[in-house]
Amino acid sequence: MGEPAENAVVDPGLDEQIKKLTSEKIEGVITKVLTEETAARLDVYMRTCVHCGLCAEACHYCLSHDKDPRFSPVGKVKQTLWEILRRKGKVEPEFIRECARIAFTECNVCRRCSMYCPFGIDIAYLLLVVRRICSLLGVVPQYLQDTVNSHAVTSNQMWVKQDEWIDTLQWQEEDTQDEIKDARIPLDKEGAEIMYSVIGPEPKFLAQLLGNIAFIMNVAGIDWTMPSFDGWDNSNMAMYSGDCESRARIERTHDEAAFKLKVKKIVMGECGHAFRGAVYDGPKGLGWKEPPVPLIHAIQFYYELIRDGKVKIVKKFEGPVTVQDPCNVVRGRGLGKMLRYIMRAVCEDFRDVSPRFEHNYCCGAGGGVINCGPSWKSARVKGNSVKAEQLKATGAKVIITPCHNCHSGIEDIINYYKLGMHVKFFSEILVNAMEIPEELKV
Amino acid sequence: MYQFIAGPLVWIAFAVLIVGSMYRIISMLFQAKKDKVVYPYMSLRFSLRSLIHWFVPFAGVNMRRQPEMTVVTFAFHICLICTPIFLLPHNILIYRAWGISWWTLPKGVADVMTLIVVITSLIFLLRRVTSPVVKYVTSPSDYVLLAIAAAPFVTGFLAYHHVLPYKTMSVLHILSGVVMLAAIPFTRLSHMLFFVFTRSYMGSEFGAVRSSKDW
Repeated sequence: MGEPAENAVVDPGLDEQIKKLTSEKIEGVITKVLTEETAARLDVYMRTCVHCGLCAEACHYCLSHDKDPRFSPVGKVKQTLWEILRRKGKVEPEFIRECARIAFTECNVCRRCSMYCPFGIDIAYLLLVVRRICSLLGVVPQYLQDTVNSHAVTSNQMWVKQDEWIDTLQWQEEDTQDEIKDARIPLDKEGAEIMYSVIGPEPKFLAQLLGNIAFIMNVAGIDWTMPSFDGWDNSNMAMYSGDCESRARIERTHDEAAFKLKVKKIVMGECGHAFRGAVYDGPKGLGWKEPPVPLIHAIQFYYELIRDGKVKIVKKFEGPVTVQDPCNVVRGRGLGKMLRYIMRAVCEDFRDVSPRFEHNYCCGAGGGVINCGPSWKSARVKGNSVKAEQLKATGAKVIITPCHNCHSGIEDIINYYKLGMHVKFFSEILVNAMEIPEELKV
Repeated sequence: MYQFIAGPLVWIAFAVLIVGSMYRIISMLFQAKKDKVVYPYMSLRFSLRSLIHWFVPFAGVNMRRQPEMTVVTFAFHICLICTPIFLLPHNILIYRAWGISWWTLPKGVADVMTLIVVITSLIFLLRRVTSPVVKYVTSPSDYVLLAIAAAPFVTGFLAYHHVLPYKTMSVLHILSGVVMLAAIPFTRLSHMLFFVFTRSYMGSEFGAVRSSKDW
């Protein structure tokens, strides 16, 4: 097998940080996590796994590396947690680097393997425990840690300042007014029906998506608002870096924005991890079983708009088009059927993927892996050749990805494997397909 | 010596099995309180939904993807559990001790089921040695566990058919059975106890929280 090429990747977040570790510090952190932060699940999972290897079938990294055992879900646990437990936390800094590489860059915590393990062991959870240990030791890929630092300082992922945020919204509002008469992006409207929230990268470099939603909201006549203050960003990279404290703070800021605006519900943009954070993995950390403010993903919002006739489709998207089931909204929240409903409603020639729904392969970018930065890109893309084959088999020319990580991850896959396809968000095809009522036309 | 092995030692093994299993399950239930997500998310409906799909052969995607393993695994586990419970000689012993007995397997069927356990154990062994994915995560303990599970069947078969000296074989048979019973709560054979719980939790999380299926 030889030395894995990924070892050659230089990442100061790992390489420099492990130099600061001592064996006492490592042992102390591991003991704290294993005694204070984990309980029945970790213990039972470790005692129940019979090392059968049936989970290998689930993992896109493993399938893409010709079933290399190092990439099987159980193989990753063996290289990390089994060693940590066997040696009771007495491991070297270099071993922690290995753990960080495996847990942060070779697992998307997509949870597909839980559906292939006969015992339903939550292997993603086990890798998240490894990430937690690495995070407490300060060993996190630099780019990922930077997004968490940004969250901590600015309450958004991309170091966006408040004036930049408001300015971007006003710019997109003006752009929308070129197409829709008196279009507005209402800021801080107390008591609105809906608060719309997005992830930090939208104002940073995908501002047209804000214009798209303004277009859709104004045409559909929705009573909506966006906060001008902290809490507008619904993303949560701390959830993936292992920084549970920041994770909870980020989710609370988002919830509190909705409380302040007294909205009835939150609608989130097309993002999967943010949905995972806001709807099911985030609330747990704050003691909520369900999110304190009802919260729906863009897929469901579009579905309801189309189903209820608030948006009329007049010009369907032409040409073969397929879809990516984002793990965190489809395996994570069962929105696969609604996704297909809106795809069929807006596309003339929809080609479904196989495997699909909860069995779909992860894009390889989720779970914070793409946020580990450009130095890990090659390993990430090579680790998902099955995704390239799956997409190619559809014969589609366009892929709709209702998730930011999927969008970027699949774009990388398309370029590397030369698939000659294009990636789009659903809103991009929706705005071109829907009718603008006469009275709203400019 | 034989009197002790065939008498009190067997009762001790059962006591270890029962008390040990209760201890393990109760301590898990207490520990699960600390793991704050477990109890709130547990759902009877979604637990059963998941368990049914994993108790029925070929009901899940991965079982259909690996049909040989599905057949081998189900055959192994069904025979491993049913053969000792419904074996005529075991029933006679229980009848003598407590005066109760239940339905028993015809001799030929019991023989075939015993051989199935032995053969499927060999297949598991072969898989451990040959499949790179399985080999990579195999430790010596995995071979020991397989041996613990297969030994009572090998020795029982040899004793019953008088292939080797009966007395020696039956002592070995009882001893291997004792080891297996006592090992269940304290080794990874405890998947026998925990399977229902781990699957139920994952089924509940997938069903109640994620509105999706886990098979």
